[in-house]
Amino acid sequence: MLFDGYDSGGFFDEMFDAQGNPRPAARLLFQRVAALGDGELRRYQQAAEQAFFRAGITFTVYGDEAGTERIFPFDIIPRIVTAEEWDHIERGLRQRVYALNLFIDDIYNFQKILKDRVIPPDLILSAKSYRKACAGLKPPHGIWCHISGTDLVRDRDGEYYVLEDNLRTPSGVSYVLQNREVMQRTFPQIFEQNHVRPVSAYPSHLYRMLQYVAPAGATSPCVAVLTPGVYNSAYFEHSFLAKFMGVELVEGRDLVVMDGYVMMRTTKGFERVDVLYRRIDDDFIDPMTFRPDSLLGVSGLMEVYRAGRVSLANAPGTGIADDKAVYAYVPKIIKYYTGEDAILPNVPTYVCWEDKDRQYVCDNLEKLVVKAANESGGYGMLVGPHSTAEQREQFKRAINADPRNYIAQPTLGLSRAPVIVDDHFEGRHVDLRPYVLYGQEIFVLPGGLTRVALKKGSLVVNSSQGGGSKDTWVLGRPEAVC
Amino acid sequence: MLSRVAESLYWMSRYIERAENVARFIYVNTWLSLDLGSEYIEQWKPLLSASGDDAIFTEHYDQPTKQNVIQFLTFDARNPNSILSSVTGARENARIDRQYITLEMWEQINRFYLFLRGGAHDAARGIEAHQDFFAEVTTASHLFVGIMDSTMTHNEGWHFCRLARHMERADKTSRILDAKYFLLLPSVDAVGSPYDDILWTAVLRSTSAFEMYRKQFQSISPDRIVEFLVLDGDFPRAIRHCVLSADNSLRAISGTPKGTFRNAAEQQLGRLCAELNYVRVSEIMGRGLHEFLDDAQLRLNLAGEAIHNAFFALQPVPVMSQYQRGIKE
Repeated sequence: MLFDGYDSGGFFDEMFDAQGNPRPAARLLFQRVAALGDGELRRYQQAAEQAFFRAGITFTVYGDEAGTERIFPFDIIPRIVTAEEWDHIERGLRQRVYALNLFIDDIYNFQKILKDRVIPPDLILSAKSYRKACAGLKPPHGIWCHISGTDLVRDRDGEYYVLEDNLRTPSGVSYVLQNREVMQRTFPQIFEQNHVRPVSAYPSHLYRMLQYVAPAGATSPCVAVLTPGVYNSAYFEHSFLAKFMGVELVEGRDLVVMDGYVMMRTTKGFERVDVLYRRIDDDFIDPMTFRPDSLLGVSGLMEVYRAGRVSLANAPGTGIADDKAVYAYVPKIIKYYTGEDAILPNVPTYVCWEDKDRQYVCDNLEKLVVKAANESGGYGMLVGPHSTAEQREQFKRAINADPRNYIAQPTLGLSRAPVIVDDHFEGRHVDLRPYVLYGQEIFVLPGGLTRVALKKGSLVVNSSQGGGSKDTWVLGRPEAVC
Repeated sequence: MLSRVAESLYWMSRYIERAENVARFIYVNTWLSLDLGSEYIEQWKPLLSASGDDAIFTEHYDQPTKQNVIQFLTFDARNPNSILSSVTGARENARIDRQYITLEMWEQINRFYLFLRGGAHDAARGIEAHQDFFAEVTTASHLFVGIMDSTMTHNEGWHFCRLARHMERADKTSRILDAKYFLLLPSVDAVGSPYDDILWTAVLRSTSAFEMYRKQFQSISPDRIVEFLVLDGDFPRAIRHCVLSADNSLRAISGTPKGTFRNAAEQQLGRLCAELNYVRVSEIMGRGLHEFLDDAQLRLNLAGEAIHNAFFALQPVPVMSQYQRGIKE
């Protein structure tokens, strides 16, 4: 009844096939939801929202004197990923992260890939995210990008594409865990017989990985999470991860470099820290090496890091591999280091520093999505079909002034999933961010953050731009679950 | 544990206790005015002295009317010690400590805060806070302490919370006793009158001590009440009990044996314990209750500063070579 009149609008729908029938993996979910009265579903939705409120997982609305707090929008109808789809995604992500890690190591050490002219050296050496200070570094086990969150999207054909790599300090994994917990608390019956793979082991995997990459010789290494502080928008996640790993959550002012080591101020004096899962950007981690005006970091941290007396996750300098300009070369990077073709394809990308591409981009702005190479969070972006002539003119000028900083992609018809709108369902565009840990082995968390563009017709899923989220169910094979 | 985390646990706990005490003051004073009837002139000014915020009040309000004082002490964000400010402060600190405290504790603080926000919202629309409102504030604080005791490991962080709670409570009990003695009394004539009985009862009630006092002493007498609220070792809001508990937690944190000290915090608290352990109520009254309480508050403040210096404000010591050391000496 609730799904009556549901229209997939010609897009690939995560729940329904082209004929409007529920996909096989979603059939059980569909039956359960359809059996509920609409009032009932609304009650579950409200209970879930209340649970977020009670847990204080909120953000403050700026400019509101009464200090009104809101939760991040959450829709209780889960998004389903089948076991077969997940196998494909998982293999693709392992391959991609493995190759990108080799790429980073190469760039800061031998630069073979540049010497072999697979990538124009200028493009790398001129990137803002290239850190001279990291040249010659050998992090433990050669691992640079310990934690990554790769954004995937599906086009009209249902194929998964990589939209962007996040290899610096990707956030959102706490919402994956929290969304699941809230769903299990408020809407438990919907899980029955669905063989949803659990996500709750993430903190244990994270902790094991962080211990694995500790400096050589550190027996029972001390791990801590480094946060910019309580006013950071991802603070909840930082404290969440510290809590569930059972490690300290530190700020820059808790740390000091003494006798060549990083120490934290405790009630019993100074204690050594061996591994920092830092959630502060490269620019801010050490005022002596990077931005001197940073108040968030630790003076002298990089020197200790270079001496191999503290490990940083992710390593400084990983930003070079998720630069949007480098993105266009990732399939070549994968081929270069592994000899394999990329399992997960890139979205076709026009790079504006090549004259032919730039000309095409400038002539077809109304069809393309243009992105600034060094921005994230949905900023510095032009969605062609939704833009005004004036905005296109602005971008044209910006592109011609600094071609290195722009890429463009065809506007994808992102897949959609049903969300509750008042008393019925409407399709909204979604993406998927799975999380990958690189330690002794490469671990892909079976799940991920499904972000939803809640504004009707919008293609931008970022929470800063009116996006919400859904629980993401990766299904196990029924016979594999005992 | 991290000094910064210890510090915010300490303040989280103090702020919760502070909110509870302010609510008690208001609750009892409202009740008092009902019991004494029209002959009694409502006394709201002493509440301001008891919480120590007269100066800020006169800055923002004309008269210490019931409505003004209640608004100021309950919801006014300009008053750093109002119930709402205290609970907001507790919640901000809890947010910092979220990875350290239990989910149950965090949820209770959050509930407490949302409850007060609702009250503030009503007050802004002219709906007066119900009597039950203040009782509920007290209960919310008790609930928090109970949840903390039964869900959190009784480790260093827990001891910092317990230390803070007893420091705050000792201070507040001394203040309310002090306020009664000098301000709650309408005039000297009232000493020994039936009013006096009711006023002393109010002091006992505002510290939740009425029933427990009755069990021990039956009749109302100022000396006995002072003895009970200052020197009792077992009543949880008596100053001596609070100071002894604070001292116990301090030593559980540092590992310093009783009867000795290794920092100024242990020294201050240890001294205050000794004083409270060995003084007689007749000596307190002979010296003057106000002077005694004033001195106790001063020493509690000094102990608070010393705790800050000993545990929260750790500074790196520059490493000096043998050579430099030689020159210095």
